[in-house]
Amino acid sequence: MNPELLRFTETHEWIGADDGGLYVVGISDHAQHELGDVTYVDLPRPGARLEQGAKAAEVESVKAASDIYAPVAGVVAAVNAELDAATELVNQEPYGAGWFFKLQDVDPASLESLMTHDQYKAFCGE
Amino acid sequence: MSWIPVTEQDRREMLAAIGAPSVEDLFSVIPQSLRMRGWDLPPGMAEAALRRHVAGLAEKNRVSPVSFLGAGYYDHFIPSAVDALASRSEFFTAYTPYQPEAAQGTLQAIYEYQSAVCRLTDMECANASLYDGGTALFEAAVMACRATGRGVVRVHPSVNPVWRRILLTHTANLDVEIADGADPEGAACVIVQNPAFRGDLADFSELAAACHAAGALLVAAFNPVSLGLLKSPGAMGADIAVAEGQGLGLPLGFGGPYLGVLAARKALIRKMPGRIAAATVDTEGRRGFVLTLQAREQHIRREKANSNICSNQALCALRALIYLCLAGPEGLRGVAEACNAKAEYLKARLAARFPVANPGPTFNEFAVRLPIPAERAAAGMLERGFLAGLPLAAVGAGDENELLVAVTETRTRSEMDAFAAALEEVCHAVDL
Repeated sequence: MNPELLRFTETHEWIGADDGGLYVVGISDHAQHELGDVTYVDLPRPGARLEQGAKAAEVESVKAASDIYAPVAGVVAAVNAELDAATELVNQEPYGAGWFFKLQDVDPASLESLMTHDQYKAFCGE
Repeated sequence: MSWIPVTEQDRREMLAAIGAPSVEDLFSVIPQSLRMRGWDLPPGMAEAALRRHVAGLAEKNRVSPVSFLGAGYYDHFIPSAVDALASRSEFFTAYTPYQPEAAQGTLQAIYEYQSAVCRLTDMECANASLYDGGTALFEAAVMACRATGRGVVRVHPSVNPVWRRILLTHTANLDVEIADGADPEGAACVIVQNPAFRGDLADFSELAAACHAAGALLVAAFNPVSLGLLKSPGAMGADIAVAEGQGLGLPLGFGGPYLGVLAARKALIRKMPGRIAAATVDTEGRRGFVLTLQAREQHIRREKANSNICSNQALCALRALIYLCLAGPEGLRGVAEACNAKAEYLKARLAARFPVANPGPTFNEFAVRLPIPAERAAAGMLERGFLAGLPLAAVGAGDENELLVAVTETRTRSEMDAFAAALEEVCHAVDL
């Protein structure tokens, strides 16, 4: 996905709508760079209802373990099963094949409170 | 760590630096009523006199009653080699190394302990050990909650009631509900124990299948020595297996130190608490040992760690490993067969006078119904030099006349005959 069209959180998740009307969530290029090689991702259960800011997933790297939070409220519609076997996708394609999960029942207006790509870059000091 | 003495001059300078008039002043917040008023000690003794005095005190202890007490902790034989090897200073004096990979011997011992536990239980992975069986059971329960995203833990009636209490204490401030029964529907796990606390044997394979069909896990508590004979937790389909490891070369003591054994299916390894040692190769391809999957642990994940009990029982685990290596599969089977055969002998001997309360087969422990309260019988037996067993009512696991009797390979036929005769005498004496 084009990061210019995504929204970002201060905890380094991104979110953006896909062609099918679902909202895809992943972690930013900045986040994957800071984590280093990702070794494990624990994804939420499909069907789980998440409030904005709720813990949704876990990511472990050679350096650290971090929680991943829901950028907005929604219901988990799908998870990226590829990450079970190929965690390197998070490092290689953070905005593409390295996505974490997709949300449905999302209020589109709830994305407005999140940072744009330019705002996020400024937030990260890039 | 060096000893740094403090002179009067140092003391005065330190007090001046913090503005306190005296050392006594530092304790002024403690009310006088709570202070030690004096030690009330006799005058000093010479070393030889002191030894005589202490030996005299020690003689007041009844140090070696013949034990038929079990209930989770058993009087097994400990080969001298266990003490000899485990008390080597390389193992005995070492605390958790803070640069663990510098202590290759410790890591290799832990790795081999884990491997032995996996072979014993037919499980795929084991941790470096936990405090004791009860805390291992708690860790297994919250591990099941983490793995399933559910919060209800069902405790089967076979489970040690003291462990159930430990479970309640440890989960008191967690979002976990402890319920009774064996219904896996909606539960994170069902916890079972084999042999049951009262001694009964069961095969929980069908329950394991029912748990899996309902999306729950089966947590199986086991007696490690019994696995010389009995179906293993892994063979039953258990997802997590836990045990008190005391029977594997650890002496009996009030409060331990004991050994919490925890093993699991590999799919659950990232939900497992505690340290995990692993084998790897160094840059030159030589075999070496590391701690692995540490992102689960407290020093990395802080309050979100899988467990905030961060110690393991490395020395106790080492003893268990040495014991298992000395015994081997045939030796462990021999110990288990001896325990079972002797228990069956005593059971038959007692059954002539006291009804056995177990409906089916038992391993090395069984309950008998006495004509008098079991507490009174146990007190009478102690006078005759026997730890008779556990009065089951004391832990809410039976009625007041039921006594839980354990037999290990260390008991002799003459001890068992004397035990049976003494128990008849005690019950008869009170009968009249």
